[in-house]
Formats: sequence, C-alpha cells, structure tokens
Amino acid sequence: MCLAVPGKIVEIQDMLATVDVSGVTRKISLMLLPEAKVGEFVLIHAGFAIQAIDEEEVRKTLELFKELEEYARHDQ
Amino acid sequence: MLDMTNEQVKKAAEFFAGEIGNLAGSRKIRLMEVCGTHTVAIFKAGIRQLLPASVELVSGPGCPVCVTANEYLDTAIAYSRQPEVIITTFGDMLKVPGSSSNLATEKAAGADIRIVYSPMESLDIARDNPSKKIIFLAVGFETTAPIAAAVVLMAEQAKINNFYVLSAHKLVPPALKALLMAKETHVDGFLLPGHVSAMIGMEPYQFLMDEFQTPAVVAGFEPLDILQGIYMLLQQIHAGVPILENQYGRIVPQKGNVRACEILAQVYERTDATWRGIGSLPSSGLKLRKEYVAFDAKENIPVVVEPTKEHAGCRCGEVLRGNILPTLCPLFGKNCRPEHPVGSCMVSVEGTCAAWYKYGAGRWQG
Repeated sequence: MCLAVPGKIVEIQDMLATVDVSGVTRKISLMLLPEAKVGEFVLIHAGFAIQAIDEEEVRKTLELFKELEEYARHDQ
Repeated sequence: MLDMTNEQVKKAAEFFAGEIGNLAGSRKIRLMEVCGTHTVAIFKAGIRQLLPASVELVSGPGCPVCVTANEYLDTAIAYSRQPEVIITTFGDMLKVPGSSSNLATEKAAGADIRIVYSPMESLDIARDNPSKKIIFLAVGFETTAPIAAAVVLMAEQAKINNFYVLSAHKLVPPALKALLMAKETHVDGFLLPGHVSAMIGMEPYQFLMDEFQTPAVVAGFEPLDILQGIYMLLQQIHAGVPILENQYGRIVPQKGNVRACEILAQVYERTDATWRGIGSLPSSGLKLRKEYVAFDAKENIPVVVEPTKEHAGCRCGEVLRGNILPTLCPLFGKNCRPEHPVGSCMVSVEGTCAAWYKYGAGRWQG
C-alpha cells in the first residue's frame, strides 16, 4: 500500500500541481509538500506529493552503484 | 530515477551478493523486511536467490490491509449495507474477508462501494451526492495517514458535511517494539520501510538501538537499494555494532516530512489498536481528535456489527509476526488462494502469502 512513484512538477496552481509521471500528466495536491517548485522531482502517493527527491543524493547513489560495477569488473 | 543499464545493475548486484556471502559466512542470520512493498520487490527481483542459504528474509507486519482486524471489516461491511452510505476505499480492501462476508460480495449485491486512487476523490463524491453519507476506509501506515488527515482538513475548509472516515490507521514503530518485546520471533536486523520513513524520518526508530540494540537500515525499493540495505545490515551484524542507518537518502531526510507530520498530529491522535495476528497494542493506531469528531463515522453514524469470528485454521497471525513462512499454513495454496482468500495475507498483492503464492509457486509446490 505504500507504493509511491516519482514525478516531475510541470505546473503549480494554488496547492494543486500538474506532474509528469513517465510521460503521463496528472494533478496532485501539494498540501503535504507546499515548498515544492516547478521543475522539481517529487514522490507521489495516493494523489499527494509526499517528499522531494534529493537529486544530489540520487547522483551519489548512482555513482556508488556504478563504481561497484567497475569494482566487480576488475575483481573478475 | 536510477538511470543504469541492465549490465551495470547486474554487476553491482553481484558485488553486493558476494560481499553479503563473505560477511555472513556460515552464521545463520534472520532479517525482517517490515514493509509489504519490500516483500513484493524482493520476490520480483529474485533477491532470495542471490543470497546465501544462511541469510533468511522474513516478512513483518508491514502490509496495512493484512493487519486490519476482522472487526473493522465487519464494521465497514455493516455500513455498506446502509442505503444512505457510499463507501470509498483503496482497491485492496475489497476482497479482505470479514467474519461472514467481504466488501466485494456486498458490492455485487448492490452496495455502493467505490474504489478510489486518492482519498481526495471522496470529496467529489460527497459533493455530487449531498443526500448520501460518504465513508472513506482510512487504512494505512504513516505513509497514508497524513493524506487522510489532509483530506479531512480539505473537507472542513470546503464545509463538506457528508464526508466521514472510518480510521484503522496504524503506526509501524509500536509494532516493531511489540515484536521485539514478545521475543517469540528472532530478528537479527530490520530492513525498515522507505516510504513510511519518508514521512516520519529516522528518529522514531532510535529505540531499536537504545532499547534493543538491533541493527536497522531504512532502504529503498529498487533491487540494488534492497541489496545494499541487506549488505549494510550484514556489515553491522559482522562488526557487532548496531547502528540506525539510511540507505534511501534520496527520499528520506533525517527529519522526514515535517509538514505532513504536523497535519497528521493536528487531525489524529494516538490510540490503542488491534492488529490482526498480534492483538491490541497500546498507542499503535490513530483516531480523529475531538476537534474533528464531526468527520468520525463511528461517532456520527450508528451501526450494528455482527459478532466477530476468526477463520479456523488460518495462520495469518503467525505469518504476520514473522514466525512461520506461509507454506507452513495448512490452508496455503489449498483452500486459501488469491482468488479465494481465507486470510488477509492472501488478499493484498503485498500480503506475504499472496507474494509467496504468486512468485514462489514453483518452489513451494515442489
């Protein structure tokens, strides 16, 4: 039940945002994440943005996982 | 979000699997994934097959539908039979068995039960049906409860007076505490739920360190997130130093979602709650505060509920406590299947028994 999907905010009107989720747009509430801005990625659950996605942390995680790929390659 | 090629994912997974094997050695280690969304992700990605035989993953009480008590279902069913009531609910509640019926059967018999993606849709239904009473079945953990709270505030602001909630919201940390205090289930480490934590942050789990010295890692839902989470748990276990760690920093800030927690605390307060399979736990559920009692279905709409009875032979409770695997239940795969569930763990797609049935079929039949 705690499934949530990432989406990019393309427009904000009052507390309602239009988000792009893998090419599909839908309206969500920003009541639980009022500081969200256009262009940001947010996590969406049951019609609400519930958390901002920290792009710096995304980059760090990706870097780590890709380093492991290199590590595994050299290890063989 | 994580833009990687299949080859890159495979190599990183091989790294984690290898290191997990090295750290585990021959020692038997039992880890609990608390969240039902993790349970499904673990099966889908085939994570068990990557782990050494000595590392066991058991599911915890983290599927909200599964831990909802029979009595709640019986109350919802009784409400659905009232002609002036429209029930709104998430889809996975429909087939959960109550004592003698379920919502799907009631819907087929003519009850007005509507599946919603967001509880917000209940407000549109309320506006469109002013002569009806709209009851939202407010089920879910800390991920979902602030959303239901926000919808109550929206209803108040829009002066909608025919919208109600029937709350069975539950809180994850008290359930973990109860499991550890019961000492019936041995757990060497917890893989903590990513999206509950996105709301509540890290602090509510600190008791796992302070009182129980049990390793714990908040993890995301990609296969590599889960593998890294398990790897971090193994590192802690190997070093003998339990730490509360966060693998899912891209979604889970230390403090969680402060605004969501404020809205939750404004609308709801803690109450004792009954968990299927675990029993009544103090301060483990949520009820509307008295300021919002006008939205509480139970306080405003009288209902007569049939006496609750549990299904004989069903071992959902032990499955939910991580005590047994579904295959040890005598009903599993026989009388109890996804198309005819006896227990709640077979109903929700995130239920442990449903996940075992769907993804583990070849193995348990053998």
